[in-house]
Amino acid sequence: MSDLTAATLEYATRLGDDALVLGHRISEWCSNGPFLEEDLALSNVALDYIGRARMYYTYAAELAGGGKTEDDFAYTRDAREFRNLLIHELPRGDFAYTMVRQLLVDVFNLLYLEALTQSADANLAAIAHKAIKETRYHLRRSKEWVLRLGDGTAESHKRTQRAVDALWGYTHELFEIDALEQSLAEVGIGVNNTGLRPAWLAQVSAILSEATLTVPKDDWAVRGGRVGYHTENLGHLLTELQFLHRAYPGLKW
Amino acid sequence: MANLELYEVFVRSRRGLDHKHVGSLHAQDAEQALEYARDCYTRRSEGVSIWVVRSRDICASQEDDSASFYDPSDDKPYRHALYYQLPDAVNNM
Amino acid sequence: MNHEENFMRKINAEEKIEPKDWMPDAYRKNLLRQISQHAHSEVIGMQPEGNWITRAPSLRRKAVLLAKVQDEGGHGLYLYSAAETLGTSREELVAAMQSGEAKYASIFNYPTQTWADIGAIGWLVDGAAIVNQVSLQRTSYGPYSRAMIRICKEESFHQRQGYELMLALAKGSPEQKSMAQDALNRFYWPALMMFGPHDAESAHSAKSMTWKIKRESNDDLRQKFIDQTVQQIEVLGLEHPDKDLKWNEARGHYDSGEIDWDEFYSVINGNGHCNRQRLEHHIRAHEEGAWVREAMTAYNAKQQAKQTQAQAA
Repeated sequence: MSDLTAATLEYATRLGDDALVLGHRISEWCSNGPFLEEDLALSNVALDYIGRARMYYTYAAELAGGGKTEDDFAYTRDAREFRNLLIHELPRGDFAYTMVRQLLVDVFNLLYLEALTQSADANLAAIAHKAIKETRYHLRRSKEWVLRLGDGTAESHKRTQRAVDALWGYTHELFEIDALEQSLAEVGIGVNNTGLRPAWLAQVSAILSEATLTVPKDDWAVRGGRVGYHTENLGHLLTELQFLHRAYPGLKW
Repeated sequence: MANLELYEVFVRSRRGLDHKHVGSLHAQDAEQALEYARDCYTRRSEGVSIWVVRSRDICASQEDDSASFYDPSDDKPYRHALYYQLPDAVNNM
Repeated sequence: MNHEENFMRKINAEEKIEPKDWMPDAYRKNLLRQISQHAHSEVIGMQPEGNWITRAPSLRRKAVLLAKVQDEGGHGLYLYSAAETLGTSREELVAAMQSGEAKYASIFNYPTQTWADIGAIGWLVDGAAIVNQVSLQRTSYGPYSRAMIRICKEESFHQRQGYELMLALAKGSPEQKSMAQDALNRFYWPALMMFGPHDAESAHSAKSMTWKIKRESNDDLRQKFIDQTVQQIEVLGLEHPDKDLKWNEARGHYDSGEIDWDEFYSVINGNGHCNRQRLEHHIRAHEEGAWVREAMTAYNAKQQAKQTQAQAA
């Protein structure tokens, strides 16, 4: 396997991890939504993310060869091998927490996927083309929800501001790059995410202000997802996700 | 949910067809109703266009009206094509 | 012709009754009871299967299960929508369920203990529901009938995915096969009970049949399900849970062993493993959502006030 193929495989896996872990979190809302219509809408978002994870993993499996499948990536790696950005693995929290996280991630994804549609790698570009359509809709929802919750009642405002404050420190690593992603960005395959923050911050700030919320200070940052240094939440998420594969190793389902 | 509005949902399944009533849902405003209609009534690509209308804005005829609304058309057969007998040669008119 | 006669004329002529039509109070009440119970069942039914969404053993199965459980919610919505045309709001209907006054199908009081239970539910529980729903497509109330047609169209995948899941287990390792057998054993009888008591003992049946709310009797529908399931079990290579099952040449149907109705009533009356859990879950989600619904309303009121102000200026 060439260095470039190996790097692309790792990159596709990382993006797959982001999608799977967040999709898993959103799927936890099923039957727990604030009302039936919203329950169904959240399931649609979760399905989009799980579908996205499958596309990235299937591509990674193709690059890996040797009969690997998407499920090998999802079900047989331990927490240290997962490379998702930390914001995706944080618990589902209350509805404000979920929607604020979606807003932060959706604005980021829109910028990121726009760039990825230009990838020199046709497979990644194709995945981005499909994912960006979903993301536009996700953002429309998360933006409207943050406006409603931020500028709704005193309680919803308090909860939403609390969520913004609790999540803000996890957004910094969205815009950090390591040597591997740097090398892929240089050959036009990966996205150079370091330049996306100004646009992200401008959009997010505008929405938060309209929602009467305060943009937090950048006085703390937790990082480590891309090197497998996770919060304690991921281990528990994987315990559930991988339960059957751990209890009955090697079987097909 | 007393605090949410009831909306009726109409979906156009293909271009060229009429919008058809498919059901209702609860939402706070029209914009949200449109999005929930998308999420709840077009999960299998059933639509290319959606209308939502507040249920209370719909004015409906009552069963008691039916005698005065519909019966009068029953004795106007001349509005229908088959009322007119034409020779076979031109009967596809 | 008076209202009552006109109503019965429509019923007898297989014409649908529509929301604005005159209908006897008892018809409205009976319908409301049945449709809302059906809606509650769809929504409560999200829980036992939802219990395995985060543990589904492949990404494909995970997506399928989530889509399926989401469909159940959607079907609940279609049915609430039909029930609301009878003049009762969803809020009232849900409150009646949460207080225990309105029922949901007792099958959902059984726990999903293993992954095979997800297969058994799709195959047997949805399978039994479909037999009933196909029949209800011809129900006399228009909105209910249309909801059923829509639901039947969507549900065909539910039973098939469940059976496919069971097939993978039945043809898998010995542990998987015994997991499948165990799920079949636990869900077969409760699935038969889903059709309700024997016709002779069914409280609401006679009137519902006259009004064509129900189109076929509990026992006839159950028989259909028993007959169609025999070969499905054979293809899986599993043992049939009913040891007394026998082909009856004269009837052209299978004779079944007797259903344990004591268990049926015991579970309905609160002795199931999940009765309390299901209701508590529903109430908790509803209560936790209260501040969200309030926020929506408050936001909307503010927006409208702004608009009015802008128009005034």
